[in-house]
Amino acid sequence: MTLWLIVIIASLACLSLKIAGYLVPTSFLEKPAPARIANLLTVALLAALIAVQTLGSGSRIVLDARLPALAVAAVLLALRTPFIVVVIAAAASAALIRALS
Amino acid sequence: MARTERDPSDEDPRTTGRAGWTTDDRAAARKGVAVGLAAAAYGISYGALAVAAGLDVWQTCVMSLLMFTGGSQFALVGVIATGGVAAGPAAIASAAILGIRNGIYGIRVAPIVGAGHWRRFAAAWVTIDESTAVATTQPTLRSQRIGFWVAGLSVFVGWNLTTLIGALIGNALGDVRVYGLDAAAAAAFLGLLWPRLRQRQSIAVGAAAAVVAAVTTPLLIPGLPVLIAGVVAVIVGAFNWFGSPGPQPEPPGIPA
Repeated sequence: MTLWLIVIIASLACLSLKIAGYLVPTSFLEKPAPARIANLLTVALLAALIAVQTLGSGSRIVLDARLPALAVAAVLLALRTPFIVVVIAAAASAALIRALS
Repeated sequence: MARTERDPSDEDPRTTGRAGWTTDDRAAARKGVAVGLAAAAYGISYGALAVAAGLDVWQTCVMSLLMFTGGSQFALVGVIATGGVAAGPAAIASAAILGIRNGIYGIRVAPIVGAGHWRRFAAAWVTIDESTAVATTQPTLRSQRIGFWVAGLSVFVGWNLTTLIGALIGNALGDVRVYGLDAAAAAAFLGLLWPRLRQRQSIAVGAAAAVVAAVTTPLLIPGLPVLIAGVVAVIVGAFNWFGSPGPQPEPPGIPA
C-alpha cells in the first residue's frame, strides 16, 4: 500500500460519509443509540489520539517534553484561550523544554 | 470581507440593509468568516505535521482539498507518523471513524441547505464541525443558510491556503521536534476534544479510551490502539452507561 493510495482511499471515505448524511432521512436521528455512539466514537478516538501522540514513540511509551506541553494546553483551554494560541503555546513549551534539557 | 461592526441594538432586526440582509444575516456571515480565520490559523500546523510524518506537499494538499475534515486529517497523519505506510489500514480506519460525525452533521443540516443535487453535493463537501456549529446556532432559516455557506467556504479557502503554507514551512524546518510540533499535534486534538467533554458519559469514555490506547501501545502495531479505544465508545454508547436519559448532545461549539 503506497502513501498515495492511503491518502486517496481515506479522503474518499471521509467525503462519502459526508454525502451519506444527506441521503439518510432525518428520522435516523430520532433513534438515540446511533447518534450517541457516533458522538462517543469521536470523543474516544480524539482521546486515544491524544494519549498516543503524547506518550507513544513507535511501540514504546516515552515520557518527554510532550507531557508538560499537553498540560500547558489543558490549562489554557480551561481558561478559554483561543485554539490557535493553545496549539502554539504547547509547541513553544515542548521546544523550550527540549532546548533547556 | 471586512464589514464595519455595528451595534445590533441601533436597528430593528427586521430592517434590511442595502444588500437586503438583516442584522441576523450579517451576524451569521461575520461568525462564518471569524470561524474560517480561526481554522485557517491551524491549517499551518496540519501542513507542517503532515510533511513531518512523511507525506509530500501534494499529498498534504490533496487531503485538505478532498478529505477536508481536520480531525481525520490529523488522525491519518498521526498514525502514519508513528507506524509509517505499514499502518495504512489503521490510518484509513481512524480517519474514516472520525469522519462519521460529519455524516451525522449532514443529516442535521440537510433541511437548512435545501434541495438540489449539486447544491447538496457542494454542501456535503463543506459539512464539518465549524459550518454545522455556525448554521445550527443562528435564529432564522435564512441566517442559518448564510452561516453554513459562509463558514464552510471560509474554512475551505483558509484551510487549503494555510495547509500549503504549513507544508512548505514544514519542508524547510527539518526536525520538527526541535520546534515542538509533535506536542502541537496532541494539543490540537485536545482542542478538538475539549468542547465535547460537557457530559459525564463523554468524560468517562474519553478517559477510558486514553487509558486503553496508552496501555495497548506497547502490545499492538501502531494505529491499532486508537481503533481498540473506539470499541469503548461503542460499548458505552450501546448500553448507555453513565448516560443521562435527557436529550441528545448537540454539535459542539467552535473550538476558537
